[in-house]
Amino acid sequence: MIKSYLAFTTAVSMALALVAAASPAQSATPSDLLAGYAAHAARAPDAHQGKSFFTTPHGREWACASCHGPRPVIEGRHAATGKPIQPLAPGANPVRFTDADKVEKWFRRNCGDVVGRACTAAEKADVLAWLITLKP
Amino acid sequence: MTLTVAACLFAAASARAVTTQDPAGADPTALYRQECGACHAAFAPRLLPPASWEALMANLPRHFGTDASLDPPVQKRLAAWLANQGAAGRARPEGDRITQSAWFRHEHSELAAGIWSRPSIKSPSNCAACHRGADSGVFDEHDVRIPR
Repeated sequence: MIKSYLAFTTAVSMALALVAAASPAQSATPSDLLAGYAAHAARAPDAHQGKSFFTTPHGREWACASCHGPRPVIEGRHAATGKPIQPLAPGANPVRFTDADKVEKWFRRNCGDVVGRACTAAEKADVLAWLITLKP
Repeated sequence: MTLTVAACLFAAASARAVTTQDPAGADPTALYRQECGACHAAFAPRLLPPASWEALMANLPRHFGTDASLDPPVQKRLAAWLANQGAAGRARPEGDRITQSAWFRHEHSELAAGIWSRPSIKSPSNCAACHRGADSGVFDEHDVRIPR
């Protein structure tokens, strides 16, 4: 009886953990996400380095700024299609960096295009640290 | 205890159903606009034949030179919907580009070539630059305003 109860609670815990892991972290704040990336990077985020990473090309055609603009407190435009892109800095657009899954999806796509590989946690932390400092 | 846990699990599962993480529960149109309409107009599915949608959706990590990859469940859901809504019987355009379709070229044949490269337009794929209803699939000629 005790054994089956334990098995049941373990199964429930695992199911809850799975649901939690698969659910979008829509309630996250930019600071939460920054803290997460910084913890993975095991060093303090460097906003100055983040600015440089964002605005400089990395041996390929585009920089982050090619679409988001050099100071993304205003609307950017997709470099290929011309489609407007809402401001990226959370100070100008409060929905930014509030959903961990969405943030990871865009880092995955855009780092591939801009850097030609996945970005490191340190690079993500640096960029986010800089974006958080921007005020419209 | 058991009932409470079951209720919590059910609530958690229900909450997920309206997010993109569980696309089976989401309206594909909203999902499509969110996932594909971020970079370009949410092109109306009827603008390409099913075979083109299938090819495009199978190759999203290399999507016209950019990484447009989606989470597998979302990719699968949108691929099926687009193939189903595509223009059956229409010829597959070169490169699966809407702008290479014979009908597209015909409809835009009166435009001077330089118009596309205006900074306000940038590309023939920027439908919404001139077609103000593009995101809703409205391409009525009377609704066209070509920006300078």
